[in-house]
Amino acid sequence: MIKIEKLHKSYPIGKDSLHVLKGIDLHIKEGEFVSIMGSSGSGKSTLLNIVGLLDVHDEGDYYLNGQLIKDMNEKKAALLRNKFLGFIFQSFNLISYKTALENVALPLYYKGMARKERLQVALDYLEKVGLKDWANHLPNELSGGQKQRVAIARALVTKPKVVLADEPTGALDSTTTDSVMDLLKDINNEGMTVFVITHEEEVAEQTKRIVRLKDGLIISDEYTKASKAI
Amino acid sequence: MRFLFEKDTWQEIYGSIRKNKTRTAITIFGAFWGILLLVGLLGAAKGIENSFNSMFGDFATNSVFMSGSRTSMPFKGFQEGRQINLRLSDVDKIRSEIDGVQFVVPRNATGGLVTHGLKTGNFTVFGDFPLLDAVQKKKLIEGRFINQNDINDNKKVCVISEGVYNELYDKKEESIDTYIKITGINYKVIGVYESSQFEGKNNIHIPFSTFKLVYNRGDKFAWMVVTGKAEYDIVQLESDVKLLLKNLHKIHPKDNRAFRGFNLGEQIKQVTGFLTGMQFLTWFVGIATLIAGVFAIGNILLITVKERTKEIGIRRALGATPVKVRQQIILESLFLTLLAGSLGIIAGGFVLMLLDNFVEFLVNPTVNITIVLIAYTVLVILGTLIGFIPAYMATIVKPIDALREE
Repeated sequence: MIKIEKLHKSYPIGKDSLHVLKGIDLHIKEGEFVSIMGSSGSGKSTLLNIVGLLDVHDEGDYYLNGQLIKDMNEKKAALLRNKFLGFIFQSFNLISYKTALENVALPLYYKGMARKERLQVALDYLEKVGLKDWANHLPNELSGGQKQRVAIARALVTKPKVVLADEPTGALDSTTTDSVMDLLKDINNEGMTVFVITHEEEVAEQTKRIVRLKDGLIISDEYTKASKAI
Repeated sequence: MRFLFEKDTWQEIYGSIRKNKTRTAITIFGAFWGILLLVGLLGAAKGIENSFNSMFGDFATNSVFMSGSRTSMPFKGFQEGRQINLRLSDVDKIRSEIDGVQFVVPRNATGGLVTHGLKTGNFTVFGDFPLLDAVQKKKLIEGRFINQNDINDNKKVCVISEGVYNELYDKKEESIDTYIKITGINYKVIGVYESSQFEGKNNIHIPFSTFKLVYNRGDKFAWMVVTGKAEYDIVQLESDVKLLLKNLHKIHPKDNRAFRGFNLGEQIKQVTGFLTGMQFLTWFVGIATLIAGVFAIGNILLITVKERTKEIGIRRALGATPVKVRQQIILESLFLTLLAGSLGIIAGGFVLMLLDNFVEFLVNPTVNITIVLIAYTVLVILGTLIGFIPAYMATIVKPIDALREE
């Protein structure tokens, strides 16, 4: 599903450049539940952004769903994101003046789905995350955990191949963290590839594979007990 | 261009505008104010123009009034201080010898006690030719104006103004073919006309020839109205006529007191000049405000785009292509200008309605609908064009940078 070979990325800082990713090789198969761990500055967010087509890499190859990502213009990237990827952010990134339902339906709008249909689909997904009754509430009327569940519904609504989660539990307490993680596990059990970035061991342990990054390189890549349990 | 007609596109824009009411209100205020000012000012200017027109309404505006007076210089053996009387022969001379004269209408007037049955009143009695109707249009309510037969036969007929009718007759009383007595002589009423502001309300017109006989005026008359053809300068015409008259009456060519004159054409030209100036000012102020309003829309959209960087980043992460993002911002701009323009025109119409009702000296303040539509179109086009700037700014940042924005 995701194949990365010798990936390099550096950011220019004044005259110098900061080498963030120093040759990453990573292969994630369809249906995997992977977490990327690392301290801040290890390059994990950069990796996610490149995988999520929000940023471009300098060197190496990146295949998404077998397609080589190269010389991507914004339009193509946007269409691919809409088709293959679902995003979950640490700060939820819901649009504040849209209701939960409208937020969930937004990716379908960009997909070109008719309004009635997309609101119905969105409602189904809100029901799936247990927030059907909150459909017409604005994000600021929801708790953190509820917001993240809305965001998850939004990430899922287009039936993406890969769900990318950037510190999905970073802003949540432990109870809501568990409910969010349970949701992600359910999603994974349905066969979707889930790619989580975190720096919390408890979160990482609930995934099936932990990739540890340090200073732009992978230092370990192992399957967890959770994966062996199945 | 298909997206323009898709309900979804507009629903998305409507949603984003409706849910940011303050932003919307602030954004459209400038353009709203601009078009309101343009409509209001143009309407007010038109109202003033109309009020002047109604004042001079039925008058040939290219005209001069002239009467004889006393000479102030001795000439050809005559002493100064000689009374000059205009004569009918002068009229023929003016008609035949001066280019550019359209009509020359000699007139006489006197005051008189007028009675009808038990009612009486003091009115001004004019001796007139049918030609008067050509330079001071009489709006007849009923009957007719004096004609050439009345003149030829010295008929004792009269045309009265509405004011005279109201004083001498009961309401709805038949007046045509009845008789009124002017200083002891009976005249048959042949017409009633609407009084005009300029000429006074209480006037009675009898045939010039009848006047001449009754009041024993001979060939003399009190004053005349000279109108020029449209392409001739009325000031030049006035001096031409005066020079001819000075010649005929043996008056010193530099004697400026022998004739009195009121050049209506010149007065009106000054008023028209003032009106034109005012209209120019109106246009200038209105258009400048309109442009400022459009820039205000662009400016505020630019600020909101900065404010909405994160939202735009989210939209792009969810699959909005740059084209879609730009489309939305340009359409928002278009929609806002449409809204501002429509509200401005409606409010402008309302303001004009208030002006019409409460400001006395404005007569029927209106704006040409074509002008309003042109201003509206220009506003909408400019509004759309100005939307391109924030639209470009919205997609110039990478989505990842937009998402990081707090």
